[in-house]
Amino acid sequence: MSTITSTIQSGVSRELRNHVSVGQTVRNSFSMAYRGLLKVRRTPEQLIDVTLQPIIFTVMFTFIFGGAIAGDVASYLPLLIPGILVQTVITTSVVTGVQLREDMDKGVFDRFKSLPIARIAPLAGALLADTVRYTIATTITFVVGFILGYRPEGGIGMVVLAGLLVIVCSWALSWIFAFFGVIARSASSVQGISFLVLFPLTFLSNAFVPSDTMPGWLQAFVNVNPVSHLVSAVRDLANLGTIGGDFWLALLGAAVVVAIFAPLTVRAYMRKA
Amino acid sequence: MATSSDWAVEATGLVKIFGDNRAVDGVDLRVRTGSVYGVLGPNGAGKTTVIRMLATLLRPDAGHATVFGHDVQHEAQIVRQLIGVTGQYASVDETLSATENLVLFSRLNGLGRAESRVKANELLEEFGLTAAAKRPLKNFSGGMRRRLDLAASLISQPPLIFLDEPTTGLDPRTRSQMWDTIRRLVSTGSTVLLTTQYLDEADQLADRIAVIDTGRVVAEGTADELKASVGKSSLQLRLLDPADRDDAVRAIRSVLGVDVTLSPEAARITAPMQDPDRITDLLVALREQNISLTELAVQKPTLDEVFLTLTGHGVENDSETRPDASETPRGRVNA
Repeated sequence: MSTITSTIQSGVSRELRNHVSVGQTVRNSFSMAYRGLLKVRRTPEQLIDVTLQPIIFTVMFTFIFGGAIAGDVASYLPLLIPGILVQTVITTSVVTGVQLREDMDKGVFDRFKSLPIARIAPLAGALLADTVRYTIATTITFVVGFILGYRPEGGIGMVVLAGLLVIVCSWALSWIFAFFGVIARSASSVQGISFLVLFPLTFLSNAFVPSDTMPGWLQAFVNVNPVSHLVSAVRDLANLGTIGGDFWLALLGAAVVVAIFAPLTVRAYMRKA
Repeated sequence: MATSSDWAVEATGLVKIFGDNRAVDGVDLRVRTGSVYGVLGPNGAGKTTVIRMLATLLRPDAGHATVFGHDVQHEAQIVRQLIGVTGQYASVDETLSATENLVLFSRLNGLGRAESRVKANELLEEFGLTAAAKRPLKNFSGGMRRRLDLAASLISQPPLIFLDEPTTGLDPRTRSQMWDTIRRLVSTGSTVLLTTQYLDEADQLADRIAVIDTGRVVAEGTADELKASVGKSSLQLRLLDPADRDDAVRAIRSVLGVDVTLSPEAARITAPMQDPDRITDLLVALREQNISLTELAVQKPTLDEVFLTLTGHGVENDSETRPDASETPRGRVNA
């Protein structure tokens, strides 16, 4: 009974501030990320795309394309695993936007807006919590590859670095989908627009097949596609243990995406929040 | 001139336009600190929009509002530290359990990890939700959701609480439980601004009431003042034998001294009821004349009647278009 029966401090005698400190913003964002993780625990079916998809796609692509493209399965794996890793994790980042839209349509979002928290916290929390999803997808893809016989030459340290690179780049891309999530009218339209962007990016790349058999105009696109650079960077890291130019290009691409879409998303979001 | 401590809410000329619909069209409200203020109106009258503007969720297109003297637009973050908002829809996270919701909102309100746990447990106990604390909200009844929603609004012990239709859709028992909770809240010193579609609810809880219709305040005052403006309750009698009608009407005239209205089929008589004590006299008189009744009912003024009286039109459509239904609107009785 203590909660409700204790006298409430009057409005004028409270100490109040009209701005949110950086420290509070960070704390609020982590609380919101914690909510994202609780949601995952409550609805584990949300993890299907980051658990089953890497398993199914990796096994499927290995045995379908393995013989045709590389002669046998074992020699296809070093080519495929980095590709499938990038494709899977990037696809996963679409969910960020879809879930953000769903969240913003719910009654609970009004409560978030009525609380004295940093305006940006629900958005930042969602983006933060989703890195956990990327980590799961990355780990599972490498493990499935290992089971199928993939032995990355670069060693465990480089594989971890490659995984981190993919997670960072996917996080950067998730800003694009978060932007769609903020401006779109419905969750399904977010999904629609996002896949429209995603399919050319992931398939018109060197993720599954070497680009040298493609027609020249396609090669031109594939070679500037940031996804290709990311895939090449991961191959360099995992298979050769080297940090090449593609590594820096991929990071630069990620930085450019964040530089463009983070302010756009935050502005659109703040207008609605 | 009143100081900011006297008024929890002061709003002048609030306007909100959605497309070409003036949802809120110049609303003025003054809510005294420590009181319960009821905003009464039918669906679509603009009640929720007013609340959303006062709770910093929506930017007014015109007008000005302060909460404890703080401007809702320019000092929004301060206002948010002073209010709790409970929506029509349960504004809690449906994917989380009750405990997880309360812990999350405690954390967002700046409590530490351990404090949040303690606070969540306290509130669960207070609102009788301890047994259901770990269950997913999908299995919660409407009443449980509202209670959790209210509990979540009370974490920071806000001096002003907005309750948007706190009992809409609840069964009568749950509704009266909710009323008790709201009354206890007020006894701790909170100011409550609630919206409702029910005159009864505003009557039970609110010190003052504003009646809103099509985005405007059409009447403002205490419950008594409002009721006085719509008239008193009416007495309804149904006769066993319609042939007794004239005798019954004469008896009512002589005992109560009022004119009656007859339903078209003439089996039911409606009379304005000024003094409930005289009903006994009437019943005795009817018995003496061997007039048997099949039904006796007292009809309170309804929201429909408040609207008929205050705005000249009914809640949804003009009552004149409605055939004489079993509840005769007061407006027709007087007509």
